[in-house]
Amino acid sequence: MAEEKKDNLVTVNIDGVDVQVPKGTNMIEAAAKVGKEVPHYCYHPKLSIAGNCRMCLVELGMPGRDRATGEPMLNEDGSPKIMWMPGPAIGCGTNAAPGMHIKTNSEKVKEAREGVTEFLLVNHPLDCPICDQAGECRLQEFSASHGRGQGRFTEEKNVKPKRTRLGPRVTLDDERCILCSRCIRFSQEIANDDVLGFTDRGSYSTLTCFPGKELANNYSLNTVDICPVGALTSTDFRFKMRVWFLKETNSIDFETSAGCNTKVSSREGKIYRITPRRNDAVNDTWMPDSGRELYKKVESEDRLQSSLIDGTEVSAQNAVVAASELLNGGNVAIVGSGKATVEEQFALKGIADAIDHKGVYLVARYGEGDGILITEDRNPNVRGALLTGLIDALPEEQLTDLGQKIDSGEVKTVLTTKEDLIAAGLTEAQLSKVSVVYIGAHANPTTAKAKVVIAGLTQFEKSGTLVNVQFRIQKFNKAIPGPKGAIDDLLALSTIQANLSGEEAPSSIGSIWKSIAAEGSVFEGLSFASLSDEGQLLDGSKFSELPFKEGKSLKYDPQTEAVATTE
Amino acid sequence: MGMIIKRKPLNILERLYVPEIVRGLSTTFGKIFEKPVTLEYPEQRPTIPEGYRGVPTLVKDPQGREKCVSCQLCEFVCPPKAIRIQPGEIADDSEYAHVEKGPKEFDIDMLRCIYCGMCQEVCPEEAIWLQNQFSMSGYTRKEMVNNKAKLYELGGTLPDQHFKWNKKKEAAENAAEGGHH
Repeated sequence: MAEEKKDNLVTVNIDGVDVQVPKGTNMIEAAAKVGKEVPHYCYHPKLSIAGNCRMCLVELGMPGRDRATGEPMLNEDGSPKIMWMPGPAIGCGTNAAPGMHIKTNSEKVKEAREGVTEFLLVNHPLDCPICDQAGECRLQEFSASHGRGQGRFTEEKNVKPKRTRLGPRVTLDDERCILCSRCIRFSQEIANDDVLGFTDRGSYSTLTCFPGKELANNYSLNTVDICPVGALTSTDFRFKMRVWFLKETNSIDFETSAGCNTKVSSREGKIYRITPRRNDAVNDTWMPDSGRELYKKVESEDRLQSSLIDGTEVSAQNAVVAASELLNGGNVAIVGSGKATVEEQFALKGIADAIDHKGVYLVARYGEGDGILITEDRNPNVRGALLTGLIDALPEEQLTDLGQKIDSGEVKTVLTTKEDLIAAGLTEAQLSKVSVVYIGAHANPTTAKAKVVIAGLTQFEKSGTLVNVQFRIQKFNKAIPGPKGAIDDLLALSTIQANLSGEEAPSSIGSIWKSIAAEGSVFEGLSFASLSDEGQLLDGSKFSELPFKEGKSLKYDPQTEAVATTE
Repeated sequence: MGMIIKRKPLNILERLYVPEIVRGLSTTFGKIFEKPVTLEYPEQRPTIPEGYRGVPTLVKDPQGREKCVSCQLCEFVCPPKAIRIQPGEIADDSEYAHVEKGPKEFDIDMLRCIYCGMCQEVCPEEAIWLQNQFSMSGYTRKEMVNNKAKLYELGGTLPDQHFKWNKKKEAAENAAEGGHH
């Protein structure tokens, strides 16, 4: 972020406190700087200003000037005389101007908020007991803090469409809608899929999809997140769990190299939903819908419940010992994963260093990017593999080279982490020729052919770090415990490393970071505990020559990135 | 310092014991013919005063609709965490589709319940009531968990005349026929 230049700052006065804010800052943000909350519904920091909910009304005044002379008007004590406007102004649509004064808590403002809240509640069905938004509903919160406490409305309430399907993932309750238009602006400005709009006027105003269209884009669930009331709700999360039971854990979207920051909401070891977490340098406040469904993999049917040797269930410890013996036999090839964490890749590098290996591979996954938060590289951590030194060139999608080495008999044992070798281009016949050691959370055709299978954890059951497309290292935390028979992949890898090298290898995430952050590495000075939730940019200039596949996305532009590294 | 209490010597009547035995027996025989103050529990049951906090139950409204909408507030407020609810959606073809939400499962662990009545107090739908039943027994821990069917069996119907969800449905029907939109 560029340093704010001094002359770009203007001084405004909020409730008697002077604060310097950049030009163009609106009064909601300026008030937030001094710790004052201006309640609002339609304003969203990442969307354009609509100014239609009227909740953020504040009193506004400017230093007066004498009309005849143009001289500043002064009070008796010499301070500038503030000319307060007779009516309140909306905070979101009022940008900071030098000397501007606002009152966020005067009697007039309170009265205005009470009035706005009463009108918003006139037609709002008070069905909080069955509304999924209850507990994180702005209307509920502000009605309690800024409302009158009781209604005076005795007439019939409006009837509007209920339980409308807006798209495959979004359900709309029009009666709850307060017509803030956040969802419409999001669809137009961020998702570039203009499908939502209001029809009719006055109290008939109704949010709908345009005829023949539906809210089906891969960002549709963001409209649910930004909906300040329970009008837009997630069909997947509908009636699953009340939000106040959910424990939120900071996590990262594993889908692509964009590395969206997320919050995983779980209760008693079961994940109920994944929502985006604001990080202005990575994903603003958005995330793709596809990433929200990844939690379903935790309890999927192909989940490995225990470790296997030749298809027989064994304890994880025995499986690790068997794997170490196999790898000690020589003629080993290693297949790492772009879905593994930096720590796991580092431990795998340790294994590769401890044996005389016949090649270290990674499986690339490419797809089409959408220019927003789905990047072309569907592996979240290829750059981590580069930085840890596991690989030194971009991976291929097919393991053709490894196949040839198996055919020629050069490779007798393959250690693969999370990767399905058959999906990566090897044949079953080739796998029959070698002993496969598989470490991962899910069964696939490779595990059926593997000699040793070590049941690992999904990204929700462990902590770690990933390096995203900007070479930003970001950490994610353990949200839920893993199944009984599973072992942390990192522990499995470092135990194997210790068995092979004969030296003690660090097995916890804190201790392995002491080795990762050794002097001279790009990770120097970092540790897992001290890494902030916003992540930290690493020096990736060493790899600027590599032909990364990612095109422009929300917060990444390969061209500016190239300029920055050549400068 | 101890204090020495002098005992009065017993007089002749006291030394005879008989008058005291007669006095004791007269109380005994007197009680035999009085109205008993105890109950022959469990054959006889006490009358339960109004507002008594017995076993929490779920109730239906007079039209037979289950009142609980599984808002889970009772689960949240329950101090010993005795309540477990699995919320669910009411099917679109149901008579009560307009209520949208109802409990799929509703368990109250009576080994945990402390009969505090906070669930009843917090319930926005007046669906959970601590009623007259005060004695629960079972041979296993599982038996002591009241499931949804058991809770409705215990709860029965409460004669309240709000029918707030009916009003909602009527408003929608009026609107469909061209009334207030």
